[in-house]
Order: sequence, then structure tokens, then C-alpha cells
Amino acid sequence: MAVSTQELAEAIAQLREQEAVQAARELLEGGASPTEIFEACRQGVEVIGQQYEKGLCFLPELLLAGEILTQISRMVRERYPTEAEARPAEAKVVLGTVQGDIHDIGKNMVAFLLEANGFQVVDLGVDVPPETFVESVKREQAKVVGMSCLLTVGHQSMKRTVQALADAGVREGVRIMIGGAATNEQVRSYVGADAWGQNAADAIRLAREWLGGGGS
Amino acid sequence: MLPEGWKSRSSAERFALRFAAWKEGRGIPFASEEARRAYQERVQRFWDVVELRRPDRVPTSLVVGFYPAKYAGITTWEAMYDYDKLGMAWRKFNEDFPTDSLTSCLLIFPGRVAEILDVRYYRWPGHGVPEDVSYQYMEGEYMREEEYDWFIEDPTDFLLRAWLPRVVGALEGLRQLLPVTPWLEYPVAGPYLLRLSAPEVQRALESLLEAGRATLEWAQKAAAIDQESTAQLGLPSLWGGFTKAPFDALADTLRGTRGIMLDIYRRPDRLLRALERMTPLMIRMGVEGASFGSSPFIFIPLHKGADGFMSRETFARFYWPFLKAVILGLIEEGFVPWLFVEGSYNERVDFLGDPELPRGRTFWHFDQTDMRRVKEVLGGKAAFGGNVPASLLHVGTPEEVRRYVRDLIEAVAQDGGFVLLNGAVLEDARAENVRAMVEAGVEYGRYR
Repeated sequence: MAVSTQELAEAIAQLREQEAVQAARELLEGGASPTEIFEACRQGVEVIGQQYEKGLCFLPELLLAGEILTQISRMVRERYPTEAEARPAEAKVVLGTVQGDIHDIGKNMVAFLLEANGFQVVDLGVDVPPETFVESVKREQAKVVGMSCLLTVGHQSMKRTVQALADAGVREGVRIMIGGAATNEQVRSYVGADAWGQNAADAIRLAREWLGGGGS
Repeated sequence: MLPEGWKSRSSAERFALRFAAWKEGRGIPFASEEARRAYQERVQRFWDVVELRRPDRVPTSLVVGFYPAKYAGITTWEAMYDYDKLGMAWRKFNEDFPTDSLTSCLLIFPGRVAEILDVRYYRWPGHGVPEDVSYQYMEGEYMREEEYDWFIEDPTDFLLRAWLPRVVGALEGLRQLLPVTPWLEYPVAGPYLLRLSAPEVQRALESLLEAGRATLEWAQKAAAIDQESTAQLGLPSLWGGFTKAPFDALADTLRGTRGIMLDIYRRPDRLLRALERMTPLMIRMGVEGASFGSSPFIFIPLHKGADGFMSRETFARFYWPFLKAVILGLIEEGFVPWLFVEGSYNERVDFLGDPELPRGRTFWHFDQTDMRRVKEVLGGKAAFGGNVPASLLHVGTPEEVRRYVRDLIEAVAQDGGFVLLNGAVLEDARAENVRAMVEAGVEYGRYR
């Protein structure tokens, strides 16, 4: 009995890890293209993303979905080493935890959900200095910047980063969102960002508003 | 030293003895009778709060990280390396912001000791973070998934011989130690003893000795700094000990967030077994870390069970039962668990009203949880406090802070059982906002 891409999507959506990986393997062996596999993955992860937004899925579920995708992508790349995933360049988000702060759980959740929703994420990591944000925005021609911090030390770093983007003449071309435990609307106003997100679902909503629905 | 007959005392008697001893303040060289009286009044406020009475007024405390350094104009690096500057800054902070408890400098661990040990799971000023930023934990999967069985079988052996050598560079040599069991029959302890001669083991042991000496030097100075503020200003030290929720203990520095969250799906039975094994260790950490005569409050920061981290179902299965067991274990010994609910518990605050938790024996400290909802759940059952936001103290105005404090006290503090606290640990703030919080606490917190 040949497995269908529909079954792969469902296995991912229901977080049945071994079945999902096995389905992808069988699909590949049966001649399915990387595009078909990735499309099924996208559908499955979309369900997880929706459940997250409804407050039904949390960190364990997002991380497990991410693990399943990583295993499947690895399998696909082993079989088709030259095939790359094409994404429209405009759906790009530059993301990082700001200077002085090395917390990354929240930022990683946002990165995962953005990718699951078809955005391309340029993840600058943690303790990211303002000039690195500026360089990345210029290099990637990104239209959206996401800054995260858990500690109040991040407020100054965020303010400096917004200022650095302005000094480099690229502030007008980007929308900036901030998030993380140490942030709120008052902090947004203080640092001069365009929006504050309370959780990762807000980040997706903002990216959709600003970039028009994502890459998918 | 515990009083005589401790073993035959009930938990209620132990509770009362601990509070009475804390209030007595034996051994504190008070600078004046006034200081002693102020100290005892403050302790009485906390005692009243815990037992859900109305003290003379709402007590106020600040939960503080490196803010005193910033306030006094020294760097975090200086606070961790220069004990004279540490003392200057923390004494100044305690003098300038007179709350109902001491802001202790003991959580500012000494950089020199961390250097001797080559601590790898924390970054500190000059070692991975800038010299004006707080130390921060560097998360990793320091316990591997295949090590569950070792941990479950013998947690302390695993921590000593596998985990410590991984997270503390100078202790790599402890990897070569054998299990302690050959000591059970001394004539066969030879192989164990021989391992101690290996150069790596010798280096590890020498580092431990050096770290011990350097810690003593710091501890004497830091304890003197704290004691001076207590003796002169009558400020009681708020927490007598520290422990963790079993899930956080396993999640934070052992499996890491990624590891443990995946374990929930991939190996739930092993995870549950490990949490069972962790629970008595966490009770013992709280009990044995505290000494009789110091505060009965045991500080327990709650991390990865908060809103956004896991579902209610996951919380009910993996987080709450083990935390509850630790709470009950501490209460049995007469302690009061001080549960610092970091982030928010809006989705699960009802768990805290668990009928099996005895009335008036816990304290809940909130950060971003809705305090009115907290009052509904905990009112008449458990004392609580909070939650002036860190962001308000950092980027707000004194008037906004005063209004926040006034509204909070009006809304949730009228029946007593409440402490005014900042929400998240204070690292950075405007001094006038912190002052406004402390003053507003006194102004609006009087009970008639």
C-alpha cells in the first residue's frame, strides 16, 4: 500500500514522529519530488501553527514538529543534494536576541513558526550588536526585523539598534517588532519599534500584516 | 542547630518555632535598640502575612539582581570581583531604599571562584557577556537522553561523575572517579583510591580546594556586608534557603528546554521516573540548605511550567505533582515555600488553590499573572505578592508607579496576606521609580 502525501501531512499534524518520518521515506522511495514532500510538511506544520495560535499547542509540540521536519529535510537533501527550497525574497524576517542578552527560547519559537508559515528567517542568534542587525538588513534587503529580550538590559540595546538602523538610513524601509518577557507596549514606545508582540502568535500575525500573508 | 525534641514536633509547631527564632534575631549585633525593634516589627509583618492576617501595613520587598551596582555607579564586573565596591553598592542600596527586608549581596557570585573552576554553564561579565551586564545561564543539553537510566538509578553519582565534569571545566577529572561503593569494604577500596592519583583527578581536587579558599574569602566579606545592613537598619534577610521545582531542576541545567520538551513525547515514562527521583533531592536541598534561626522562607523560582511553555495537561502531569510534593515536604519541616512565579500563570492559576496544600503555609510571588484572578483563587488560602512590572520601573514615570501600587493594593491587599513586590528581578530601573514604589507601599499600604 503506497503512502500518500496526505498521510504524511496528517502524521506531522498529529505529531506521530515515527510514522511521519517513515511516510516521508516511503514517499521518497516511491519517487515523490522534494516539492511534494515539503508541501505536505508545510500543511502538517500549518495545523500545528494554528493550534499554537489557539492555545492548544505549546513548546513541546512546536519543538517536536521542528524535529520531525529536520529529519525529513535531511532525508530529502541526502537524496536530492542540489535541490533548494525556493522562497520569495520579500518574505524575509531578520531576527535576533539583542545585545547583552543570551536567552533564545522565545526567539526560537518565533523563528520556527515564521518558517512554518512560509517566511524566510535570518536568525542572527543571541547577544546581537546593533551593527549586526544593520548589516543583515542591508545584505538581506529584509523588510521586517524582530528583536527579542528577556532581561531589561535589552531595552537599551533595542533602542540603540533602532537608532543604528536610522543612522544607517534603512529605518524607513523596515518594520520592527519586539517581543520577550521584558517587553510590553510601554517598552515598544521607549525603544521606538513599530509593534510589540506578547507571544509568538502575535509575531506571525504582524509578519503576515507587514509582508502580506507569508511566502506560502 | 534544631531545638530539642524537634522530631516529635508537629509541622505547625516547627513553623511557629522557626518564625519565633527568625524574629528573635539571636546573634545579630544590632547597632541600637531601635534597629532591633525595627527588625522584629518587619519579621512580624511577614509572619502575619503568611498566616493571612493584616499586619500594621503591607510589607514591601524588592527582588534584586544587579540593580544596586548600576544604582551606585559600578559595573557588574566590579560587583563580582571587587568586594569593597560590592559592599559600598549594596549598603548604599539598603540605606537609600528602606523596604521591609534586606537586599542581600550573596546572590552575586564571586567571579574569581567561577574562574578558578572554569564554570562553563554560566557566562559572567568579562567571560562571555559584557562587563556591565548580569551573569546569565548558558543553556545546553548537559544531560544526554541516554543518561536517564544512570540518573534514575543514582542521581547523585550521575551529577558528580558525569554532569559536573561537563559543566565545570576544572572538574573534568572527576569523570575518572569510580562509584563510591568500594568504601563499603575498605580492603577493596584500593582501585577507588588509586584513581585519586591520576593527574586529571588531582588537578580537579586541587581546583576544588582553591575554590573553597576563594569562596571563604568572599563569603566572609559578603556576610559582613549583609550583616552590617541588618544590624544598623534592622532589615531581616528574606530567604533562608533555596530549591527548585523538580521539572525545572531537570529542565534548566540538565536536559535543557529542547531536550526535556521532546522527552515529554519521546520518553514520558523515563521523564516521570526521573522527576520522582528528583523530588526528594529538591526537598532535601531546601531543608538542609537552611539553618534554624534564619528566615523560614525557601525561595523557589518557577520557570518552565509557565503559560506559553506547556499545556495545562502537560503541567498537570509533569510539573505540578512534583512541585506540590516539594511544597508539602518543606511545609512538613516548618518552612514556608516562597514560590516565585516568573512569567505568567494566567492559564493555570487554579492549580495553586489545590485543597491538599495547607492554609497559610505558602507564599506566592507573581510577575505577570493577573492579580485579581490570583486573589480569587488564593484569597483566604495562601499569602501572595507582586507584581510591579520591571518595564514600568525601567521606562515608566514615578506617577505611573504610584498609581500602579495604589490600584494593586486597593484591588487585592485589603484582607491582608499580601506583600508588595516587583514582578521580575530588578536589573535596571530609574531610581525615582523604585523610590516611588517603596514610598507608595508605605503610603497606600496602611491598614486601619
